[in-house]
Amino acid sequence: MLLKTFAHIGFGRPLILGSKFFMFKNLKLVSWIFMALLGAFAVAGIALNRGESINALWLITAAVCIYAISYRFYAAWIATKVLMVDETRATPAERLDNGRDFIPTNKWIVFGHHFAAIAGPGPLIGPTLAAQFGYLPGTLWILIGAVLGGAVQDMVTLFFSTRRNGRSLGQMARDEIGVIGGTAALIGTFLIMIILIAVLGLVVVNAMKHSPWATSTVAATIPIAMIVGIYMRNIRPGRVLEASLIGVVLLLLSVFAGGWIDHNENLRTYFDHDGLPLAYAIIVYGFAAAVLPVWLLLAPRDYLSTFMKLGTILLLAIAIVILRPDIHMPAVTQFIDGTGPIFGGKLFPFVFITIACGAISGFHALISSGTTPKLLSNERDIRMIGYGGMLLESFVAIMAMIAATVLEPGIFFAINSPAGVVGKDAIDAVAKINSWGFAVTVEQMQQLASDMGESTLFARTGGAPSLAVGMASIFGSAFGRHLLALWYHFAIMFEAIFILTTLDAGTRVGRFMLQDMLGNFSKKLGETSYTPSVILTSAIVVAGWGYFLYIGVIDPNGGVNILWPLFGIANQMLAAIALCVATGILVKSGKLKYAWVTGLPLVWLVVVTSTAAWQKIWSEDIRIGFFAAANDLSAKVASGMLPPEKAAVAPQLIFNQHLDAYLTLFFVVVLWVVILDMLRLCLRYLTGKHVLKLSEVPHEPSRLVENWVRD
Amino acid sequence: MFKKLRHLWHILRRLSGDDAYEQYLKHHAQFHQATIDAPPPLSRKDFFKLWQDNQWRGVKRCC
Repeated sequence: MLLKTFAHIGFGRPLILGSKFFMFKNLKLVSWIFMALLGAFAVAGIALNRGESINALWLITAAVCIYAISYRFYAAWIATKVLMVDETRATPAERLDNGRDFIPTNKWIVFGHHFAAIAGPGPLIGPTLAAQFGYLPGTLWILIGAVLGGAVQDMVTLFFSTRRNGRSLGQMARDEIGVIGGTAALIGTFLIMIILIAVLGLVVVNAMKHSPWATSTVAATIPIAMIVGIYMRNIRPGRVLEASLIGVVLLLLSVFAGGWIDHNENLRTYFDHDGLPLAYAIIVYGFAAAVLPVWLLLAPRDYLSTFMKLGTILLLAIAIVILRPDIHMPAVTQFIDGTGPIFGGKLFPFVFITIACGAISGFHALISSGTTPKLLSNERDIRMIGYGGMLLESFVAIMAMIAATVLEPGIFFAINSPAGVVGKDAIDAVAKINSWGFAVTVEQMQQLASDMGESTLFARTGGAPSLAVGMASIFGSAFGRHLLALWYHFAIMFEAIFILTTLDAGTRVGRFMLQDMLGNFSKKLGETSYTPSVILTSAIVVAGWGYFLYIGVIDPNGGVNILWPLFGIANQMLAAIALCVATGILVKSGKLKYAWVTGLPLVWLVVVTSTAAWQKIWSEDIRIGFFAAANDLSAKVASGMLPPEKAAVAPQLIFNQHLDAYLTLFFVVVLWVVILDMLRLCLRYLTGKHVLKLSEVPHEPSRLVENWVRD
Repeated sequence: MFKKLRHLWHILRRLSGDDAYEQYLKHHAQFHQATIDAPPPLSRKDFFKLWQDNQWRGVKRCC
């Protein structure tokens, strides 16, 4: 279905067809009208459905139609009218071709690299958590947010960076808005990296907690990656595909081996751990991965995770289409009032914070600037790579939403609700979930856990286990039910492997940024190959995310409920900065009448981020407001109400709540500084005063002729 | 069908960097062999080292 649609809309074909194709044009028109009607029908079907369960295929249909129409019309309009993409203009890859980082590349290859870079674990986790509001709010935001916000952001950033020799977002902000904007973007990027890594580490820890099978399988990915690394570096240099194939086979074997370890009474105790030792292991691992040479761990693991990711997502799409599972979650749950167990807060603004990747993600602006533009061989590919790439990521988010909502809601909440909310005991948890009106029994959960090869599935927060259960049940019904435990641990391994890749890569990027900043003070510290500097900066970055990971693990409410909103706010703030830069450039280029294209999503993000931040800081509700939670905990400590083990960690939790509040405040202040700076710039331009000159590189005709064989 | 599969294989090799060395040799022959005293191309192993280290500069992965 998806492939057919994409073939139909024809990536990269000329948009305007000559009059001699009049018949053909009419046919196309009719099929577009059909697609619009089908899309409208599917959306109406989803939105108006009440009471009975709905088939997942409706979600897929609505998504594909909306993507196709927006790609064909909105994206094409932006490319031709707003950006005025010029295919005769030489791109930086052509002008600066050095065979190293600037290389004109076939558009499908660039698309592959771009998509592999932007699609991480974010679009899988966010929708799973946001499913507590029901399937409808999250799905609508994923679709609308992507076509009007996220994809636009990625495309315009890619375009502006391409016109500026592939400069990074931070550099563009500095060149176009001013030093303040540039510095804000830089600091924002660094902090978002720290929080992202912490929350991803927490997701992995929660998936491995007291699960020898998951822990041993995830642990096995490390030596497997090293074997692959040594193979492609020394044994058969450069044979990347061969090495990856060996790695993938070994990974699949490790899933089997994990099951064997789990059944072995002696061996399983080595891999059966509490959250805290696992968190320490991840911290030590993260430091080692940042200091070790890339070829040994990071690069080979990246190959494995990319192949796993693409393979699994494809498999999931096929399984959903074959199986057409029913969605069991209600369209909207009562938790839109802010009492949700997974994270506190009302539908507005928290659904828009929770689902960042998949709808709009500021992080993508870092890939769209700096990395992808250096490969682009022609400007006309910008629509497909920037806009199309984001649509595909959004589709991944829709599939994650389906995998989360095909579960019975009772089971979904039993897996995802932290013990601090529903109680530690299985009977308490079940009673609490039943009181919300979602049917689930202790026996049912026990049966499910033993089917999945786990001792318990209660309070496995973070989204990864419930996604794995959802995927296992989809795969299980499509390809054989007796393999449920294998599918479950395959899904856990698949999530863990690319979470760990993001963790490695993120730590390394953080290290480079820090070295870059320190280089302003001491030349020696700025050298990326100077060992003391490498160790120092890696340690600082790891300590940063390690702290948040540690607090997340000791937090009885699971930590994800604090860290994920913080990450969401940071990510949306970065998106707002990227849109600010884009809006500023549009206004300065004399395109005020089109400024709404980036201005509208910008205004929405500012409203959402500011409201969410305001509530996270000042709300009286202890499940939302950081200060309220800290004060509540202090009062409890003072009155001696807490059991000793909770009282012991209370001071750390109180300190952390304060820190989180100030961090959130900092994010909002940074955001508003950039916005006001951008508005000042626009005002100066519109009143004819002097502004920073556009830093666009002058036109140079492309010499890569029309029929140039782009291999 | 066969042609399509071959095309797909080609894309896969290019995406993964499996054919990076062949591409490099081509590039080298085209741009760097013009003069007689041009240095010979790197060996597969040396090239791969450079290529791989180069792959991991900047932001390559995100959420």
